[in-house]
Amino acid sequence: MAVMVGRGAMTNSIAELENAKLIFATGTNTTETHPVLALRVKRAVARGAKLIVADPRRIELTGLADRWLRLRIGTDIPLYNAMAHVIIKEGLYNKEYVERRTEGIEELADFVKGYTPQVAEKISGVPAEDIIATAREYATAGNAAIIYTLGITEHSCGVHNVQSLANLGLLCGYFGMESAGVNPLRGQNNVQGAGDAGCTPNYLPGYQRISNREAREAWEREWGVPIDPNPGKTKISILDEIMEDKVRCVYIMGENTAVSDANVLKTRAALDRVEFLVVQDMFLTDTAKMADIVLPAAAFAEVDGTFSNTERRVQLLNKAVEPPGEARADWEIFLDIINRMGYPLHYNHASEVWDEQARNSPILAGINYDRIRMQGIQWPCPTTDHPGTPYLHKEEFFSEKGYFQPVPHVDLAEPPDAEYPLILTTGRRRPTYHTGTQTGRVDGFELLVPREGLEVHPDDADALGIADGDLVEISSRRGSLQLNAIITDKSPEGVVFMTFHFPEGVLTNILTTDAHDPVTETAEFKACAVKVAKVTEPEEIPASG
Amino acid sequence: MSVTATIDGKSVDIREGESILEAARRCGAEVPTLCYDSRVDPSASCRLCVVKVDGRRLPVASCAHALTADMNVTTSDDELEENRKTILKLVLSENPTEECRSCIERGPCELHSLATDYGVESDYYDGAISGRIPEDSNPFIARDYSQCILCYRCTRVCNELEQAHAIIPEGRGFGTNIVAPFHESLLGSNCTFCGQCIQTCPTGALMDKKMLGKAVAEDVTKVRSICPFCGTGCGIELNVAKGEFIGVTPDWDAPASAGSLCVKGQFGIDFIRSPDRLTTPLVRRDGVLQPATWDEALTLLVDKFQTVRAESGPGAFALWSSARAPSEGNFLMQKLARAVLGTNNIDNCSRT
Repeated sequence: MAVMVGRGAMTNSIAELENAKLIFATGTNTTETHPVLALRVKRAVARGAKLIVADPRRIELTGLADRWLRLRIGTDIPLYNAMAHVIIKEGLYNKEYVERRTEGIEELADFVKGYTPQVAEKISGVPAEDIIATAREYATAGNAAIIYTLGITEHSCGVHNVQSLANLGLLCGYFGMESAGVNPLRGQNNVQGAGDAGCTPNYLPGYQRISNREAREAWEREWGVPIDPNPGKTKISILDEIMEDKVRCVYIMGENTAVSDANVLKTRAALDRVEFLVVQDMFLTDTAKMADIVLPAAAFAEVDGTFSNTERRVQLLNKAVEPPGEARADWEIFLDIINRMGYPLHYNHASEVWDEQARNSPILAGINYDRIRMQGIQWPCPTTDHPGTPYLHKEEFFSEKGYFQPVPHVDLAEPPDAEYPLILTTGRRRPTYHTGTQTGRVDGFELLVPREGLEVHPDDADALGIADGDLVEISSRRGSLQLNAIITDKSPEGVVFMTFHFPEGVLTNILTTDAHDPVTETAEFKACAVKVAKVTEPEEIPASG
Repeated sequence: MSVTATIDGKSVDIREGESILEAARRCGAEVPTLCYDSRVDPSASCRLCVVKVDGRRLPVASCAHALTADMNVTTSDDELEENRKTILKLVLSENPTEECRSCIERGPCELHSLATDYGVESDYYDGAISGRIPEDSNPFIARDYSQCILCYRCTRVCNELEQAHAIIPEGRGFGTNIVAPFHESLLGSNCTFCGQCIQTCPTGALMDKKMLGKAVAEDVTKVRSICPFCGTGCGIELNVAKGEFIGVTPDWDAPASAGSLCVKGQFGIDFIRSPDRLTTPLVRRDGVLQPATWDEALTLLVDKFQTVRAESGPGAFALWSSARAPSEGNFLMQKLARAVLGTNNIDNCSRT
């Protein structure tokens, strides 16, 4: 989305969703992954908003929806291209807006000519009339909001998925409109904040490109050292560089990467090989167990600091309790290391760390701890008298214009075949979180989701001779594991579903593919080819006597 | 044309969709309520919020009437206050303070705080007792409907706001009970354990089981924070007693969540108290991770970093920050990478 409108962040605010006239939710199991945000969707529906859900799986949202587009996994692009086709062909797009604020409509129009609803039906399985109706309703809603999550981005064509979707928002003028927009919902509490802070190889804090000389010079003045003008390497590339012994030291903060990565055995091989591994965490995670040095970190409740939520709102954490033992706040650990490395540095308080980040980041410059004591502020917030920005792109984009991106459909990186005839798609369940480092240690949660299970469609189960609760073995080209089957029609025939919340018994990401998007390098967690077979248990030997 | 009304002699502007209660509270009048929760439709069942409106023969429930132009409203006089006291006496007759689990184990509930304000005791009327205590072994929500006053805040929040449809009123009149359909336990129902019923309950009928008995209200400090799980960024209050975290209440003013939470934010924070927390640095010696002092660990770390940098340059380092950790730690990690080690090999876990 960044190449289209200059920023990839959620365009609008969570509360605005309530007043959308139409919500198009695609690739998002919002009620499970963002339960409180999903309340806004439910309230919008209660107020009469239309809800259209595109998802291969039967989820709570599909039950609330006016229309469910049950597309085949990995066929998002033809679906959205066909919607664009209808919107352009029927002249339903916002001509004044497109004329004034965008570039590339002719190329897009030309490109999507071939993506008729009938063509899209053939690829995606969504009936052409549903595609047409959705396109018409979306374009004429007045204000329609798109929300999406990892069902869009965790594909080897994740960027193109987003772009084909964002084309629709640009066509209809929904970028820069209240209760509309194109809204990625962030899965982790501070994904936005880690990006804001410059923890990416190609951006300095505040999303200033490392290649931007002016920005680099500002930070060089602040830090008194030169900054390498070349982007660094992403995590995925680093794994290869470790295997080539180019990277010798890896320092990981608060990430259980030895469990959460796709094709996780590859990650483990790299972490095994790397000469020196430092892990900073609250717990001795599987990743920490591989480290040479483990540093104990304080929890969010034990520090002052900030998180930026999915709607770009910088919110304040206040220290409530002391960290256990000698655990320390992350920033204090880094401060100590930086000083020991011979770079003298001092902050009295976390707020001074924030102030340094903000003063050289134009979008954050107006935010300080005093201003967010009662309520967080949404960036961009350039000055201390600026109220923050509930929705982006109102008068102008971050880029000069909004640029349409014609993008073609591509097949899954690893389509099912004769040997591996099923697709494994992975996701989340509400009471558990990621690798279970935290939710696995909450009293009572074991009653809500006791263990991992493999969701299998009844027709597939029949064909494989599997009954509910049977022990099954699931294998991909990368590995196999055993778990119990749950027979359910939530996923369509041919698709099985798992989460990765219970790595101790079931290390789901042994199976997943690390085929990834060429730009974001996000892996295709949402689809890999697998086979499933019932495990014939050894016959019980009758007790003698 | 007048677009104002009068409340207790004060001129008040009319706002579309605003009830008399909301307008009255906006201009500072103290109107008591028990069944009111601003997030759901009014049920007008407790009758405590009754006010007088000129031209109306009887007092009206202010929560369920819109303020309209030229209305003249009185929120308090002797007669209204006497009505309210009578209502409280009736309610208290089956929910005496001395039997309230909230008041005993947690601190005054809304009902008994109000009774104290009005100087109402529990022993005015004798009568039958309604409400039963269901079998429910779930570890999160304590249910004791002998304390229930049938305000329906829990069922409205569950059905209208959360749309979870886990609990409903069953039966009629005095015999009404709040149940999960088919008298299931909550674990066997649609309940998602978001805890919103607990947070809205004005009595000791529904309470946070994890927090019960941990501390009474006057010993609890509430520290505002943000839920550490998904990207919604719900506002929470960390309840702390004697330096210990004891549980979570919602931050009603948080812009993203407006007081709502899910099971993780409401009941999932106690991982911070886990005995598995790391309490000292660990250093691998003879192949085994062993406790070390900060000085030992960081000396080792820095020596290694200096050596590698001298031998192989900045490209030999990779740092991966956390989308779960506060921004300040993230910022300093990238500063360590860029300004100290000299590498842009800094990434975070949002790709994977």
